[in-house]
Amino acid sequence: MRFQPTPRQIIALKGFVFVACLVPVARLVTLFLRDALGANPIEAITRSTGWWTLAFLAITLAVTPVRLLLGLPWLLRLRRMLGLFAFFHACVHFTIYLWLDQFFDVPGIVADIAKRPFVTVGFAAFVLLVPLAVTSTNAMVRRLGARRWQRLHRLVYAIGALGVVHFWWLVKKDVTEPLIFAIVIGALLIARVVRRRADGRPGAPAGARRPEPG
Amino acid sequence: MSRVRTAFPRSSEITPRDVFDQRRSFLRDAGFVIAAAGAASLGLGARDAAAGTFSSARKGPYGTTEAPTPLKDVTSYNNFYEFGTGKEDPAERAGSLKTRPWTVSVEGECAKPRRWDIDELLKLAAIEERVYRMRCVEGWSMVIPWNGYPLAELLKRAEPNSRAKYVEFTTLSDVSQMPGQRAAVLDWPYVEGLRIDEAMHPLTLLTLGLYGDLLPNQNGAPVRVTVPWKYGFKSAKSIVRIRFTEHEPKTAWNKAAPREYGFYSNVNPAVEHPRWSQAKERRIGEWTKRPTLPFNGYAEQVAGLYAGMDLRKYF
Repeated sequence: MRFQPTPRQIIALKGFVFVACLVPVARLVTLFLRDALGANPIEAITRSTGWWTLAFLAITLAVTPVRLLLGLPWLLRLRRMLGLFAFFHACVHFTIYLWLDQFFDVPGIVADIAKRPFVTVGFAAFVLLVPLAVTSTNAMVRRLGARRWQRLHRLVYAIGALGVVHFWWLVKKDVTEPLIFAIVIGALLIARVVRRRADGRPGAPAGARRPEPG
Repeated sequence: MSRVRTAFPRSSEITPRDVFDQRRSFLRDAGFVIAAAGAASLGLGARDAAAGTFSSARKGPYGTTEAPTPLKDVTSYNNFYEFGTGKEDPAERAGSLKTRPWTVSVEGECAKPRRWDIDELLKLAAIEERVYRMRCVEGWSMVIPWNGYPLAELLKRAEPNSRAKYVEFTTLSDVSQMPGQRAAVLDWPYVEGLRIDEAMHPLTLLTLGLYGDLLPNQNGAPVRVTVPWKYGFKSAKSIVRIRFTEHEPKTAWNKAAPREYGFYSNVNPAVEHPRWSQAKERRIGEWTKRPTLPFNGYAEQVAGLYAGMDLRKYF
């Protein structure tokens, strides 16, 4: 018998996942207060929030494959929250950049985004995340219509790719971690392509299937 | 300099001088006591005990009055890829480096090539304290009190010949001591190089100590060079060979990414790294960024070495 949570269990589960998703930031705050972030705390915070943005993107993208593979449909109920936590970490990451890296020097920031490819792609990824976060509510799904909503939310793959490139281009030499993210996010994209092929509807419009706003 | 600093007042962040001095005198005393106790227990003479600490090192020239970066930060935030690419890796993993016995071979285009024992190098010239700024190519900086003497003291004893146009430094290559060398992030051994006039410049320090004591392993023990007007990676660590060459040495970072890391790699706020700006830097321990100075603030001493050179081409 597969675990099939009751509505009340779903609420408890969501609460648990919500708290768990706050652990990375709570850890940073604790380390900061204990002055234990190392010699360059700003770099440590920037790296960590960027890393977790990519991690939450990958976790969010993994929900559907895992759900189908293990037959756990209720996992879908957690996906929106996970996606929003990716956005949350991206916001913290971007705020640190604006504040502690650039000190709200607007001309400097504009020049930085225009001139530095790794900043350009990181910024593009962040900008593309905004419409996804804005349209994450049930009301927005209804307003957009399932088909358009799903088409819009396919942007998440572009965001994942841009995020990986952003990471790849900023490391000095050791690309191990960006490579791992590239493999994970790439595999999740391939999994989805393979599934669509297997469904025997290679050219079928996205809206032909049930949208998954969960 | 003074104009730069008044533009960014951070008086609250500067450790008061007296507190800082107390701390340093404590470190010195502690270092001396430990060294003396160690020497006593080993039955060594007083002269040998002095070799374990540089507490009596005289202040050398080119010092800065900027507050030194705390020892804890200087020894826990390092780029030393032989022990891993993470900043904390060297402090965690450099314990496997054996710094005794250690020899440095001085060879190549010179009349008197020779292999020097580390104990000979420690006594070759009077050890000075040099408080240098250190600017990493990644955009952060420190102020570090090194102990050593001008590299020229060692080089001139080899009597370089007229073909000696460059000096090449080679770091130890031994995967059993340097676990980071298991990964092919760089082409091991680490090789760095300077033009002979740069190597002979009085600012270029053959460095044996840090904060009055022998170099910690993660900072390039037992012997490294410090070239304060160049990005940090130009200062080779844990050196086993110094070679005079006629041709420009093939240096590790230049081989790894020739577009990003030139042979000269002088600190230059006007020449950006292809992927990021070099105009500003974050001094470790500070929240705001400060402008990066040409030649890391040593333009007065070294700009003449590059007169007439296009520093964009020879980055």
